[in-house]
Amino acid sequence: MPELTYREAVRDALARALREDDGVFLMGEDIAEMGGSMAVTQGLLEEFGPQRIRNTPISEMAIVGSGIGAALQGMRPVVEIMYEDFLTLSMEQLVNQAAKHRTMSGGQLKVPLTVRTQGGAGWSPGAQHAQQLEAWFVHVPGLKVVFASTPEDVRGLLWSSIYDDNPVVFFEHRTLYPIKGEVPEELEPIPLGKARVHREGTDVTVVATGRLVHESLAAAEQAEADGISVEVVDPRTLLPLDEETIVESVKKTTRCVTAHEAVTRGGFGAELAAVIQHGAFDYLDAPIERVGSKFAPLPFAPVMEQHVVPHAADVLEAIKKTVARA
Amino acid sequence: MATVEEKAGSGDKRVSEGTLRDFFREMLLIRRFEEKVEERFRAGELPGFLHVAIGQEAIATGVCAALAREDVIASTHRAHGHTIAKGTHVNAVMAELYGKTEGCSGGYGGSMHLYDVEVGNLGANAVVAGGIPGIVGAALAFQLRGEKRVAVAFFGDGATNTGTFHESLNLAQLWKVPAVFVLENNGWAESTPNTQHSPLPIDELGKRAAAFGMKLIEADGQDVEAVHLATLAARDHALSGKGPVLLHLRTYRLTGHFVGDPQVYRDKDELKRERETKDPIELLRARLELSDEDFEALDAEITAEVEASVEFAKAGTDPAPEDALKHVYA
Repeated sequence: MPELTYREAVRDALARALREDDGVFLMGEDIAEMGGSMAVTQGLLEEFGPQRIRNTPISEMAIVGSGIGAALQGMRPVVEIMYEDFLTLSMEQLVNQAAKHRTMSGGQLKVPLTVRTQGGAGWSPGAQHAQQLEAWFVHVPGLKVVFASTPEDVRGLLWSSIYDDNPVVFFEHRTLYPIKGEVPEELEPIPLGKARVHREGTDVTVVATGRLVHESLAAAEQAEADGISVEVVDPRTLLPLDEETIVESVKKTTRCVTAHEAVTRGGFGAELAAVIQHGAFDYLDAPIERVGSKFAPLPFAPVMEQHVVPHAADVLEAIKKTVARA
Repeated sequence: MATVEEKAGSGDKRVSEGTLRDFFREMLLIRRFEEKVEERFRAGELPGFLHVAIGQEAIATGVCAALAREDVIASTHRAHGHTIAKGTHVNAVMAELYGKTEGCSGGYGGSMHLYDVEVGNLGANAVVAGGIPGIVGAALAFQLRGEKRVAVAFFGDGATNTGTFHESLNLAQLWKVPAVFVLENNGWAESTPNTQHSPLPIDELGKRAAAFGMKLIEADGQDVEAVHLATLAARDHALSGKGPVLLHLRTYRLTGHFVGDPQVYRDKDELKRERETKDPIELLRARLELSDEDFEALDAEITAEVEASVEFAKAGTDPAPEDALKHVYA
């Protein structure tokens, strides 16, 4: 199997979708000649031309809104919001329009729009270029929310998102762009709403998203050395959520840690904890531990930034807390 | 589409008398519809709340008659007139206001979310300016596919102060998409007069087009012929590839912001004067020199049509409660 970086895998999904279907086109800030601020769309302008790889003004509301309008006419636009912090500028269109057209029209309309964005800490961007806001969108009926953590997943899930008939907010993590992974020669679409069990274990389940999948896998290795067997599950799609895989895993292990880079309070881990306590209440041997960022806007100085965001050590500590209970 | 003729030898276009009579009929239908829903709302029969477009009928009729069936519109919270004029039967609009499955949005939308995709109505919007960027995108789709269609956004003067408006018109002009932005300038952002919401004098809001290098066409929004001819010109321009048009139509809201609005903020004498001099239906009636007999016969016919829509709506089907979740996802 060929090896691709996470960045190349995103690009590969976009290129294949653009080749497959004339209705697919890209819009976003700096995505054409520059190839995007994360270099994800590099080379696409040369292959597909300026009609389909469209640089936009700095107008997040109009970028998402015009994507919605084109989607209503049967196109499959993929719009890029450079940083997920800037999704805040397009919230009206995403939340009030994209998510609601189908219901408000009594099922007359569909909105096959994909909104790609990225974020994440670890490079001292400060407070407005690294937020993890995925939980906000899980609260909105009508949207789907995807957060992929590996090259294979990001490619297969992006393909499925583009061909989904609903608006999908597609989160990528900045620090994952350079990671490499094997991907099948042929693109295999990965259905939305299906979790991946990255590692099987018997003592504790860690349900992790984004960068924290990798931190959790590292923590699981360390726990293994201490004789603790850890299962790591990545939901990959936060909405719809594969509750069954997650609940079944916890029923087996009887302990659970949730882990994401977003702040813990009101984060997706809270939703996971609610789903798990309800679905596996009689099986739990310990309170569910939540790992996330400390409750602060991300500070600039590297030492403070690293203090705020969670790492493998935090996941390991949470794992140990759950097994420490008799 | 309506009939437009040229005044012999003058080159000036005008709307034929037959077409103006059709316009009159539709405007009166919208008026009687609005009056009826006000009445039924006050009687407690309609859930939610309503915004009626009494005074703005010439815009709904004059604009929509200039559009092809395959052209699309996005409307506002004041949507009943646009919806009827774009081709939705009054029965389907009334049924929607009663929350019935026979409604044009199946009872999911209500007064502020009237949709009828088959006739090109992409929905009314309860967020001021919320429908404008979608129209830019619809027009972009037409442009990319080489389709000779235009996308039309209705909005009021209040919307021209939003970032959404400015971002959308900027992008539309940049890409020269076939869109027409219909500014229904009634001088009020809810209860706030233009003097408190815009640094420009009310009649000069069209100047905002210049900021984008966009073509501006202006007309008297109370004169349905002027509205219609202006819209035809705007549509032609938008389809020519030269870019979108801001169509600025000065109009008068001869009623409150919402049904039941006591309008404490409004000069009652001025409103009375506007009702006497700016009513688009009275203006057209005078121009057509309709006899009282002809008018009353027509009015009786329309009133019966509206009454029948109420009966249709009341006899409609209530949605099953559990159908609430049916259309969350495609």
